[in-house]
Amino acid sequence: MERDKNFILGVYDDEDVLMDAVTQIRKTGVKIHEVYSPFPVHGLDEVLGYRRSRLPIAAFIFGLIGTTLALTMQFYMMKFDWPMIIGGKDHASLPAFIPVTFELTVLLAAFGMVGVFMVASNLKPWGQARIFDLRITDDKHVMAIDLANNASIGEEKLADVLKLTGATEVNKKSFE
Amino acid sequence: MQVTSSVREPLITGGKTLKDVTHDISRQVEGKPSMLWLLALLVSVGALALGFIALAATLWEGIGMWGLNKTIGWAWDITNFVWWVGIGHAGTLISAVLLLFRQKWRMAINRAAEAMTIFAVICAAMFPIIHMGRPWLGAYWALPLPNTFGSLWVNFNSPLLWDVFAISTYFSVSLVFWYIALIPDFATIRDRATGLRKVIYSALAFGWDGAAKTWSRFETVSLILAGLATPLVLSVHTIVSFDFATSVIPGWHTTIFPPYFVAGAIFSGFAMVLTLMIVTRKVFKLEDYITIGHIELMNIVIIITGSIVGIAYITEFFIAWYSGVAAEQYAFVNRAFGPYWWAYWSMMTCNVISPQLFWFKKIRTSIVLTFILSLVVNIGMWFERFVIIVTSLHRDFLPSSWAMFYPTWADVGVYLFTFGLFFTLFFLFAKFFPVINMFEIKSIIKSSSTKQSK
Repeated sequence: MERDKNFILGVYDDEDVLMDAVTQIRKTGVKIHEVYSPFPVHGLDEVLGYRRSRLPIAAFIFGLIGTTLALTMQFYMMKFDWPMIIGGKDHASLPAFIPVTFELTVLLAAFGMVGVFMVASNLKPWGQARIFDLRITDDKHVMAIDLANNASIGEEKLADVLKLTGATEVNKKSFE
Repeated sequence: MQVTSSVREPLITGGKTLKDVTHDISRQVEGKPSMLWLLALLVSVGALALGFIALAATLWEGIGMWGLNKTIGWAWDITNFVWWVGIGHAGTLISAVLLLFRQKWRMAINRAAEAMTIFAVICAAMFPIIHMGRPWLGAYWALPLPNTFGSLWVNFNSPLLWDVFAISTYFSVSLVFWYIALIPDFATIRDRATGLRKVIYSALAFGWDGAAKTWSRFETVSLILAGLATPLVLSVHTIVSFDFATSVIPGWHTTIFPPYFVAGAIFSGFAMVLTLMIVTRKVFKLEDYITIGHIELMNIVIIITGSIVGIAYITEFFIAWYSGVAAEQYAFVNRAFGPYWWAYWSMMTCNVISPQLFWFKKIRTSIVLTFILSLVVNIGMWFERFVIIVTSLHRDFLPSSWAMFYPTWADVGVYLFTFGLFFTLFFLFAKFFPVINMFEIKSIIKSSSTKQSK
């Protein structure tokens, strides 16, 4: 069977039941493809065994670039390229450069991190998501299990496991 | 399955289920616009059109159309600028600072408050841009762009330039923060819609899939953006206050300005949030989400920030006396007892006395009184900026050039234009965007909602 095409879906109504279900199902050795929720369920990423996001690192690096860029720009323009005497102050007056440096740090950190997030999560204008169940943006949590990845367990057994852990519905979904 | 805490007041009443939340918020977007909404939009667009005449006249003739004179070079324009920026601050405070403090009551109001921030900052930014006189050349004056003068760069020692960076960063970061949180809710509308609406909201939803991995990243992004927006919002009004504080004009040259301006900004911003939310909850029947509890909490923020502002007014006076500088002392005595005494005492009444009424629980839980007082606070905060700007300028160092400021029709018209713009944008937002953050409400429905009646 081809991977990433045929899925068995467990529909859960309650986030706490879902969390227990994920823990139990992973213990039995079933590989969960992904869980889809209408809202962020705290701790779900941990029980699914996802690594902590590295986006804060991206934000830090972009922020650092912003700081460097802002300071370089201001010192270059005010001290080297066209030094002017303004109020008898030093050309290179670091305290006066702090506000713009701070703003550019925040700007680049925010935009850089959001940019990385959008690329990583494949979010773009007119982007099309693969929708397992329309109700995952309304009131249902859906656990998707790739049949090809769990061929050794078998479809019927997977359905039993899902039902046993509190799934209110078990459906199948195939993508072209 | 719902658990009701016996310690905390429920944040959502009416025993709502997840499906109810989706339905209650999405139906505003999906339904036909109400007559009331159409009327409100019509009035706003009317104000916009009427104000545009004044704006066009100002751009065509120059800012000589305004009542400014050689003594009073800043008046309504900068007053309106500071006023609008200040209003914007509440949105970021609610969405970022309250997120860091894990205040869950923010969830019902943060979407609309952030929208208000963005629209208020647009209105604010208009004034310095128009005040340039020839805004089409403004990019060379405000941004470090290479130019044919050699390149002669902008002056990075000037707080006016810091403002350019602060306001534009604030606007763009707020916009991103707001939009990121809108994506999952657009996806909800997308998945309910058919036809043209589906096409539009699909485009807006950016291909949101609701996967646990995406949510995990999303939560990280929200937290970091909140962490970035918190110092950002404090920096913005601090830098706005630098426009005055770094000058050597008596009445402006005070070190108390940054905290005093930030408190004032939050004060006026919360008043505007209340004005808008009281109307929105009524028109869109959202009383179960924006409860009296929410209104009371916002009123408490108004008492706190109003009291900070009051203390700042008194401190300013004390320091002016204590400094022993005659010019400084005169500036303050003139403020309170000179020809602009009425503006000063309007400010004192509206900003210092009126919010103290919220100490009474009856008043701060009354919708009608809260609505009236929120308008009073907004008027008071406009007067605060007018008092600081105009009374400090109108009697300058040479008595022969002392003057008064009289606004012209163009001053009034341009201010009206920004009102029209703000409310047009807000009403469009309220109709076509989910006004309440659905996914955040859903995430607390188990812990903070009243028991289901079913």
